[in-house]
Parts: sequence; structure tokens; C-alpha cells
Amino acid sequence: MVFSIDVQDLMKKFGDFTAVDHITFQVKRGEIFGFLGANGAGKTTAMKMMCGLLRPTSGNATIAGYSLKTQSKQIKKSIGYMSQKFSLYNDLSLFENMQLYGTIYGVKPAILKERIHDSLEDLGMDKYANKLVGSIPLGWKQKLAFATALLHQPDIVFLDEPTSGVDPIVRREFWERIYKTASTGVTIFVTTHYMDEAEYCERISIMSHGKLMLIGTPTQIKIDMKVDTIEEVFGKFVKR
Amino acid sequence: MQAVVVDHINKCYADKVAALRDVSFTVNQGEIFGLVGPDGAGKTSLFNIMTTLLFADTGTVTLLDNDVENDYKKVRSIIGYLPGVFSLYPDLTVEENLRFFATMYKSSLKDNMPIIRPIWGQLSPFKTRKAGKLSGGMKQKLALCCALIHKPEILFLDEPTTGVDPVSRKEFWDILKSIQKQNITVVVSTPYMDEATRCDRIALIQNGEIIKIDPPVKIVKEFNGTLYSIRVKQIFETLDVMERCPIDSNFYPYGEYVHVVFYDKDTTTIKERFAAFLNENGVEYTDMEEIAPSIEDCFIELMERRDGVQY
Repeated sequence: MVFSIDVQDLMKKFGDFTAVDHITFQVKRGEIFGFLGANGAGKTTAMKMMCGLLRPTSGNATIAGYSLKTQSKQIKKSIGYMSQKFSLYNDLSLFENMQLYGTIYGVKPAILKERIHDSLEDLGMDKYANKLVGSIPLGWKQKLAFATALLHQPDIVFLDEPTSGVDPIVRREFWERIYKTASTGVTIFVTTHYMDEAEYCERISIMSHGKLMLIGTPTQIKIDMKVDTIEEVFGKFVKR
Repeated sequence: MQAVVVDHINKCYADKVAALRDVSFTVNQGEIFGLVGPDGAGKTSLFNIMTTLLFADTGTVTLLDNDVENDYKKVRSIIGYLPGVFSLYPDLTVEENLRFFATMYKSSLKDNMPIIRPIWGQLSPFKTRKAGKLSGGMKQKLALCCALIHKPEILFLDEPTTGVDPVSRKEFWDILKSIQKQNITVVVSTPYMDEATRCDRIALIQNGEIIKIDPPVKIVKEFNGTLYSIRVKQIFETLDVMERCPIDSNFYPYGEYVHVVFYDKDTTTIKERFAAFLNENGVEYTDMEEIAPSIEDCFIELMERRDGVQY
């Protein structure tokens, strides 16, 4: 089995402080993997390393078949990333935003135009292609940012709290998109503070104080820990 | 006397749609009042108007009988405000920040220590640390202390728990309850539906309009429909199948369950008819039962009814 993400003994120190403390785990191709943990547990640092944005102190990882240590450039081409404060430009139109990102990722103009068209149509936003992003509702922006992160057809997409602050209906629509995307073979790596969303992941992990405390399917974790909800599991590990 | 009276407030920003449309509500003294709604609903605009930082286009707000425009100086002395973004001085220590805010309000740490004591207990080990170097949770506790140090009568908190993990969120609400006990009125906004149940009353806000104001228990009671929860193996695949369900219903994922709201009036046979539909379509399920709705269910239901105003 070739893993989409294969993290081996990854560690990051900032001075004396160990932000990520020797974590090891694998994610399969097309899997929806939830990466949970309290604020300050080390999630963002771990994610930055996996995206090739931060050099690990020790350990290594294979991301989309490329080594973190020696092939971080190829990794960046093979992954998509959507941050919590998604980085769309408010004063560019929907189309221009997608065109900008697609071009940065090196998608050929003719192909890009077609993909943007298909993508906007799929989102039901094709009528609004020339509207400024600043004028559309937050829920739309979030869906647009996700679609934009997929334009270069990455193997893996990293979503950092993608549903933070949106209404309950949009949150669910967003997860339907995640499922649709995963079913085409794209690996989804997602962080969230909504415990109900943890249930939508195929497997989850919980990080606390830089360590990976547990990993498994939500159902199995609840059985093992003899609790009814993931929120209770979370509470057990995050107690200070 | 009401702590807060918001009367027919309208606000429109240049070249944008209305941020607030005819918003009215009152908050009783000593109450925890929640403004619950997603980002962009208008919560922050409303907070800025209530705290004298922004003028409404039309309408009035009075706080303990003081008009926020005419009596703004008085208003500022009786309110505490915790904005949605961290607004303390990062290069001052914890104690210096607190002293600064106390001095600004002609108050002192000593005088008002009893109010902040429950929070200060957790913060005091870090009192010589620079505020910018605190963890997110500690920053927020310091900001709360600074907002309370002049013993305000009304405390405004704009999304104090957004992006905060579930355990810290719970702690924060415990603190709010202890503040309420000191007879301080609390007006707080949140995008998290589960926090609504910790308020005495809530206003659900969407697209600049208040769609419901009531105690959480009452909102749940008035849920329009029959709610069932079922457990299925493949949640999102099952939703596709349910699209074809002939019974008048709405359905959505809810953690490990799917929630199905039936609008069909014949409630006695609903379970059988729905079970028959699932069997015909080969959906395997367990634990199908009628349940009481949560605030999140109510919000979804209220929003679905207003479908079409979204954009």
C-alpha cells in the first residue's frame, strides 16, 4: 500500500520548546483525515512541515510520493491548501482569483479557462464569474477558496479550519463538497474545532502538547474509550 | 429599567447590501443575552453601534437609559467591551496592561480585584510576561480582565470563543456565568450553536436580520416538524438517496447521525413509511428514533424557511 501521506518521527523544536514531538502516522489515498487538537497543540506547525513550508528539526515525511527533506518543491506542486483566513483577493472577481491561482500553479491557459468554467458551473456561481469576491457571502467565498485550491488537480488538499464561522447549512454543504472531492481520489487532510465534523472523517487523530495521542476511526475510538461522543474523547486528552 | 434597548436599527455601508435591517431587542439587567449567527450576519456592526463606536443610519440604542449617541461618555463608563480581535498592548506585561486600563477608567487593581479574582487566579502566574507572548486562551482571559477592571454594568463580548477549542470554550462560559452572578449584564455573540443553550435568551441573526428572539428552551419547543435521527454507514451517500424520498422532509448530516425533519402532518405512520422507503432503496440503518431538536436544528429549520434571501 502506498500512502498519500507518510509521516515518520517528525519533530520540530523552537528553541527549548518542542512544538511537534516525534509524530508518526499514515493517510491513505482518497481518505478524509481529521487532524484535531486544542489551540497550541502543534497542529499548525505539523501542517506547515507537511506542506513544505517549515523545515523539520528531525524526522521525515513522504507527501504525495515526495520526500519532505529533498523534494519540497515537488510537494508544493502536488498539494492544495486552504487556510482558515482564506487568501482570496476581495478586489478581484471570482474568475480573476481562480485565474491568478491557477496560473501561479502553472496550469496551461487553455486548460485553466476550461477548468475554471467547469468549477464555477459546478458551484452554481457561473453567473457571478465577474463579480468581485469582496461582494459575495462568506459561505460562497469558502466554497470558492476550496475549488481554487483544487484547480491544479492536487493529490492532497490541506484544509485548515475551513468551516470556521459559517452557518450550519453552509457547513454541511461544504462537507458534501469534501466528500465529492475525496471520491475522485483526492486525499483530504482537515482540521476543525467542530466535534460533529470529526464524525464525518474516515479517521481522526488528536494532538496534545505536540504528541499524537491517538488515531483511528471515530467509531472505534469511541468504543475503545468507552464514551458516546468525540467531544468526550477530546476532553480527556485536552485537560490541563 | 432595561439594560439594553435596541430600537429599529438600520445600517448600510457604502455600496453594500444592508448590514443591519430593522433590528430591535431588549436585554434585561443581569441577563446573559446571546447573539447567535454566522460570520457576516451583522453581529460586529451591531456591537460597534451598541458600544458607541459606530453610528446607526436610523434607530436608537439606549443602555440603562443612556443614549449611545447623545450620552456616549456616560455609556463608555458603564460598559466593558471585549472586541473580536485581540486589542491589548503586546509589548506591555500582563500586569501593566491591566493597570493601564484601570487607570484609564480612574479605577485601580485593588478596588476591583474581587470582580476579576476568579480569572486573575489563572492569570497571575504570568503577570510579568508580555501580553504578546501569552497563549491564545490566556490572552483572552487577560482581555476579559481588562474589560472588567472598571466594574462595568454591562459587558459586551464579540465572538470571544471563535476558533477556540471545545474544552477552553466550556471554561470560558463557566467564567461568564460567574460574572453574571455579580449582577453584570452580559451581551455575547457566537457562531457556535451549542453555546446558545448557556444564554438566558438568544437572538438568532442572519443576513442583518433577527429571525428569532427567545429563551433557548422556547425556541426548541417551537420547532416546526417532527425530527428523527438515524445512524447510517455512509452518511453522504445516503443523503443522495434521500433526495428521492416522497415524504415532505428535510435532512442533513449531524455528527455520526443523519437528522430527518418531517413536515408531513400524518406523524403516526411516518416512521413506517420512511423505513419502507429506506428498505426499498437498500439503505442500511440503525437507531432510528424521534428526538428533541437542538438549537442547531432550529437554526437550520428557520433558515430553510427563509430560503432565497441568501444572496
